[in-house]
Amino acid sequence: MSEHHTAEDIKKHVRVYINVFVALMALTVITVGISYLHLSVVPAIILALVVATIKGSLVASYFMHLISEKRMIFAALILTGIFFIVLMALPVLYHGDKFY
Amino acid sequence: MQIPYTVHPRPDTGLFNAKLGVWLFLASEVMLFGALFSSYVLLREGALTWPHGYEILNIPLATLNTVVLISSSITMVMAWASLKLNDFAKYKRYIGSTVLLGFGFLIIKSFEYGAKFSHGIGPGDSTFLAIYFTLTGLHGLHVIGGMIVNGYLWGPGSKMWQSDPERLTNRIEVAGLYWHFVDLVWIFLFPVLYLL
Amino acid sequence: MAHVATAGHAVHDAAHHEEELTFIRRYVFSQDHKVIGIQYLITSLLFLFFGFTLMMLMRWQLAYPGQPIPFIGGLLGEANAPGGIMLPEFYNQLGAMHGTIMVFLGVVPLAVGAFGNYVVPLQIGAPDMAFPKLNMMSYWVYFVGGVTMLASFFLPGGAANSGWTSYAPLSVVATTGQTAWLFAMVFLITSSLLGSVNFIVTIVQLRAKGLSFTRLPFFVWAQLVTAFLLLLAFPPLEAAGVMQLMDRLAGTSFFLPSGLVVAGQVLDVSGGGSPILWQHLFWFLAHPEVYVLILPAMGIVGEIIANNTRKPLWGYKSLVYATIFLGFMSFIVWAHHMFLTGMGTVISTFFQTTTMIISIPSVIILTAFFISLWGASIRFNTQMLFALAFLPMFGIGGLTGLPLGLAPTDIHLHDTYYVIGHFHYVVAPGTIFALFAGVYHWYPKVTGRRMSDTLGKVHFWGSLVCMNGIFMPMFIQGLAGVSRRLYDGGQQYAHAQGVLQWNEFMSVAAWSLAIFQLPFMINFFLSIWKGRKVENDNPWEATTLDWATPTPPPHGNFAKVPEVYRGPYEYSVPGHPTDFFPQNEPEPAKG
Repeated sequence: MSEHHTAEDIKKHVRVYINVFVALMALTVITVGISYLHLSVVPAIILALVVATIKGSLVASYFMHLISEKRMIFAALILTGIFFIVLMALPVLYHGDKFY
Repeated sequence: MQIPYTVHPRPDTGLFNAKLGVWLFLASEVMLFGALFSSYVLLREGALTWPHGYEILNIPLATLNTVVLISSSITMVMAWASLKLNDFAKYKRYIGSTVLLGFGFLIIKSFEYGAKFSHGIGPGDSTFLAIYFTLTGLHGLHVIGGMIVNGYLWGPGSKMWQSDPERLTNRIEVAGLYWHFVDLVWIFLFPVLYLL
Repeated sequence: MAHVATAGHAVHDAAHHEEELTFIRRYVFSQDHKVIGIQYLITSLLFLFFGFTLMMLMRWQLAYPGQPIPFIGGLLGEANAPGGIMLPEFYNQLGAMHGTIMVFLGVVPLAVGAFGNYVVPLQIGAPDMAFPKLNMMSYWVYFVGGVTMLASFFLPGGAANSGWTSYAPLSVVATTGQTAWLFAMVFLITSSLLGSVNFIVTIVQLRAKGLSFTRLPFFVWAQLVTAFLLLLAFPPLEAAGVMQLMDRLAGTSFFLPSGLVVAGQVLDVSGGGSPILWQHLFWFLAHPEVYVLILPAMGIVGEIIANNTRKPLWGYKSLVYATIFLGFMSFIVWAHHMFLTGMGTVISTFFQTTTMIISIPSVIILTAFFISLWGASIRFNTQMLFALAFLPMFGIGGLTGLPLGLAPTDIHLHDTYYVIGHFHYVVAPGTIFALFAGVYHWYPKVTGRRMSDTLGKVHFWGSLVCMNGIFMPMFIQGLAGVSRRLYDGGQQYAHAQGVLQWNEFMSVAAWSLAIFQLPFMINFFLSIWKGRKVENDNPWEATTLDWATPTPPPHGNFAKVPEVYRGPYEYSVPGHPTDFFPQNEPEPAKG
C-alpha cells in the first residue's frame, strides 16, 4: 500500500470513519429539515449547497483519504476544479442580464 | 521488464498506478456530472417557471436513499480497513453489505421511477423531469457499474487474498474511491433536484 | 512483490511468453502497446482514406453542380444520387461525416492512438503502458464506434447530416443517422477517456530512472498535455450527447425551444429547452479538441527537427511552458465559435481576449522551432521536408485564425469558406504533414527497413502543392462571403459569382492530392519487404530512448532497464566523439 499503516493507525481511522458517518447522517437530517422551511430560492440554494459541500468534503477528505493524499492527486483535482468552475459559470454568465 | 508500481508506490510520486488512474477517471466524471449540473442551471435560469423538487418528487424515499448510499460508503471503507487489519471474514461481510445496500438504492429508485411511469409521467413532460431523469439515470448507471465491480470483488475477485493480498487491498481502495464518488454525486444531486 | 530478475532474462521471458500466446491473443486482442499502436495506425489510416474519399465526392458536386458523378455515381444508389447526380441530402451526409471521420476516427486516433501508444512507452523507457488491458479495450471500443459511424450510411435517411457540429434543433429532428452518430460518439469518447488515463499514469509513473520531467522528449510533453485535454474536455460532450439522445429518443426538450415548427407543424414536445446549451457543451470539447489535433503533431515536428538539425531544440523550457499554458487556455476560449449567437458584448470581449492570448504560446512554439534551424546542419530527408513545411503551413493556419478570433471581423467571416480554409491549413498541411513525417521517421524502428526517400519526396512535393491549391482559394471565396456547407458551392448567390471559378480549381487540386498519396501507399507497403534494411538500431543517430531498443522492439521493449543521464537532445556536444549523445549512454569513464 502507499503508506504502511499499523493496526493502530487503521483502528484510529475507523474511529474517524464512524464519526464522519454520524456527521453525514446529521447533516442529511439538517438539509431535509431546511427544505421544509420553504425558503425563497436564493437562500435555499445557498444553504443547500453549503450543507452539500460540507458533506461532500467529509466524504472526500476521510472516506477517500484526500486529507492525506499526495501532491500529484491534488494537482490533478485543482486543475479539474478550475475547469469545473468554468463549465458551471460561463454558460450562465453568458448573457449578463438576459438568459435564453 | 514487468510493469512497475502496480502494487507498491513509486517513491517520488508516492502513488501506485491504479490510484492515480482512478483519481484521473474521477476527475473526468466531475466534468461529466458538472456538465449536467451546469445544464440544469442554464435551463432553470432560462425557464419561465420551474417547479420545486418537493412538489413533484418523493422526498422521504430520496432521503432514505441518501441514508442507504452513505451507509454503503462506510461499509465500503470498512471493507478496506478490514483487509488492512487482515480480517478477511469481516471484509467479505462489509463488501457484501455494500453490494446489498447498492441493491437497496436501486430498488428504492425503481419505486420512485415506477411511481412516475405508472402515472404516465416521463422525461418528455417538462424540462425539470428531463434533467431529473437524466441526472438520476446516469447516476443510477454508475451505481450499477460500481455494484458489478464490488460484486466481483466480493466473489471471484476475492480469491486474490490467497495469492496477492496487498494487490487485493489496493483494488478495494481503488474501487472504494469510485464508490465514494458515486455517493458524493448523490450528495449534491439530492438537494439540487429534490429540495430546491 | 513483482521482482525484476536480471533485466535481460526478464525481457527474454516476456518475449518468450508472448510467443506462446495464440495468434488472436498476440495480434488481435493484444495488450502490447506496440501491437495496439499498429492497430490504431492501420485503422485510422483507413478512416483517413475513407474520409478523404467522401470529400472528393463533395468536390465533384462543388466543381460541377448537378452533373452526374462519373463511374461512382451509379454505385451510390438511387436514394443518394439518382442518375448519378448527388442529392443535397446526401451532400449534407458527406459533409457531416467527412468532418466527423477525419477528426474523431482519423487524425486523433493516428496522432494519439498510433504514435502516442507506440512511441511514448519507448521514449520514457517503460516496458509498456501502465494499463495494458485498458489499452486494448480503448482500441476495440474505438473500433466499434468507427464501425457504427460507417454503418450509419446504410440507415434509412443515411448517415448524420447536421454537420460534424450537430447543432440543435436541426440535429434533434434529423434522420436516424444522427442517433447512430450519437451512440458512436459515446463509444469514441469512452475509448478516448480510457486512453487518456492510461497516458497520464504511464508518463507520470513509468519514467525510467533519471528521466525527470525536465529531460522528457518534447513529444512526451505534448502527449501528456493532450491527454489532460482529452480527459477533462470530452465528458461535457458525452453529457451533451446523452441529452441529445434523450431529446431524440425519450421526447425530452433539452435543446428544443418552445414553439418550434418543423415542416409546417409545431413540434409536440414540452419545449423550454436551449439550442445554445448544445453549442456551449459541444464547443467546450471541440475547442480543446483542436489542440488535441495539433499538439502531438508539434511533438513529432520537434523530435524530427532536433534529430535532423543535429542540434538541441532551441528553447526547450519555453516549448514546455508554452504547451502547458496552451493546454490550460484552450479550456476558456470556446465561445469564439459562437460570436454570432447573440452573446452580449461583455462575454464576447472575454472570449476574444482569451483567444488572442492563446495565440501567444502557439507563436512561441513555432518561433522556437524556427530558431532551432539557425546554424544547423540540416539533413533534408523526407521526414524533415514534411516537418519544415509544417512550420509555414501551420503559420498560415494560425495567422488566418486571427480575424476569426476577433469578434468584429468574425461577423463577416463566420461560417464562410474562410473558416474552412483556416482550419484545414492547420490540420492538413499542418498536422497531417507532421503525421506523415512521423511515419517516415519511425518506420525503420517498427520494421527494420527504411522507406524510399525518392518516393517520399514525390509524396511530399505533390502533397504540398496540391494542399495549397485546395485551401488557399478558400480564403478568397470566404472573403467574398461564400458560405460553407452549400450544396451548390455558392452558385445561386450573387456575391459568389466572382469567385465561383475557384471551385473547379480546388476540386482538381483535391483529386490530384489523392493521386500523390499513391507513392506514399506504395512506399509504405513495398518497403516492408523491399526497403533498405537498417544497419543498426539507431539509423537516424537519434538521442531519445525510442532508438535504444532492439529493432523492432520485443515485448517488454528494453533488453536492459534503461537509465537516463542527460536531456533529450544532446546533439553536437563539444568534445564528444559523435554528434549525438544518447540519453541512456553512461558518461565515459574519466582518466
